[in-house]
This record gives sequence, C-alpha cells and structure tokens, in this order.
Amino acid sequence: MTTATYAGTHVILNDEGFFTNPAEWTEAMAPEIARALGISELTDRHWQVIRFMRNEYLTKGTAPSVRALGKTSGVSIKELYQLFPKGPAKTAAMIAGIPKPIGCI
Amino acid sequence: MSTTIEKVAIVISKGSLEGIYPALILANGARAEGIEAELFFTFFGLDAIHKQRSKHIKLATVGNPGLHLPTLAGALPGVSDVMTQYFSQKMEHLDIPPIPEFIEMIADSGAGLHGCKATCDLFGLTLDDLIDQVKDIITVGDFYQLAAGGQIIYT
Repeated sequence: MTTATYAGTHVILNDEGFFTNPAEWTEAMAPEIARALGISELTDRHWQVIRFMRNEYLTKGTAPSVRALGKTSGVSIKELYQLFPKGPAKTAAMIAGIPKPIGCI
Repeated sequence: MSTTIEKVAIVISKGSLEGIYPALILANGARAEGIEAELFFTFFGLDAIHKQRSKHIKLATVGNPGLHLPTLAGALPGVSDVMTQYFSQKMEHLDIPPIPEFIEMIADSGAGLHGCKATCDLFGLTLDDLIDQVKDIITVGDFYQLAAGGQIIYT
C-alpha cells in the first residue's frame, strides 16, 4: 500500500498504483494521474475510454480487458494503444481510479 | 538487472492450435502490460500468418497425450475437425478470439509480425502469401537484432 495526493486529496493505492477504494476518486484527479503515467494531456478520446471503463466497473463490478474494450467502447484497438501506449485497459483503469481488469486477453 | 520486463521477442515454431495460442496470448498479454513485443514465425508456425492456412489451424489429436484421447481414435477422419470446433467454441465463450482475429488484434496493438526467411525459402513462400499485417521476412540475424535488450520466448 502507498498513498498519493491527487487534486489536493490523499488517496490509498495498492502496490501497482491502483486505487484501493474507487469511491475516493474524482474526475479532477484524472489529469494528474495521467501525467504521472506519461500522458501529458487527456483528450476527449481519452475521456471516452476512462468514463467507459469506470462506468463498466461501477455497473458490472469488473472493467473490460483490451479486446472487450475495443469492441464496446467505440474506440478501436489501434487507437486505444495510441491513446494509452503503456497498455490501454491497465492505464485507463489506473486513471479512472478502479481496480486492474482481470483477464488474460 | 531490471526487475521489470520491457520487451519480449516470441518465436512461434509450431502450426497446431495448441502450439500457436500460447504464443499469441503471451504476445497480446505483453502489449496489454505495456511491454514491447516482436513475433517471429518460423517453420510450421508460419501457418499462423499464412493468408489461407491461418483460417484453418487444427488441434493435434494424434501424438498429443494431454488430450487423453486414444491415438487410434484421434486418427479417425474428422476427429481433429470436431475437437478443433469444440475447443474454438469453448475459447469464444472465454473471450479468446479465433486465430486470424487474434493476430490482427496483436498487430493493431503495435507488436511486430515477422516471417522467417529460411522457412519461406524452404516452403517457397513470399510476403504475398502472408497476411497484410506481416511487416517483413527476416533472417535469424535480423531477429536477434530486433530481440536485443529483451527476453526471448520460444514456443
């Protein structure tokens, strides 16, 4: 466990950097988390993926992996990797303040 | 020594369903974790990127003790097709894509697909015989250059 301060608020992260309590997350924290992960500016396309991931997690209890994300988010797999070069599902989940998606595909 | 893996180079040398999938899952999983991936298709592994053959990859039902099927039963006509169909359906339920779609997805993720020159010479294949996502046909020396600084996985 580690702590971080985003948008002036203390939050608790697990060893990999994912939020342990997604309820602590606010949209104002996203740009700061993204910058720490090497994404200097969040575009509308980034936000489409981030909001989709968070929404899926809040409604279904798990966030989609890359294949499902490519099929359902409205953003192709090619573009997903352009937006999040360090792994779309993993990075978007981190920025969206939700746990890492589970799955091998 | 770094505690994280930054790059993998995966050799795919087998042409059966169970020979190809593990390599594709490793490659796709690497990209999903932000790890660079280069794929080198050699010998019968080339079937995975062959325009026609990649759509008809079969499970080995003979000489495959893990299947727990008597070898004589596995050799009967149609058994390989039936078992391949069975596994493909199970995989689709688990959200594992068919091989052609999986390879396209891996290429879209930014991984490099390469054919082996020695094998293409042996089988009389050119870049035209391989799917469009294949970047080039390279020598083993080129492969080592691509793999430099990463981990090599042989399947």
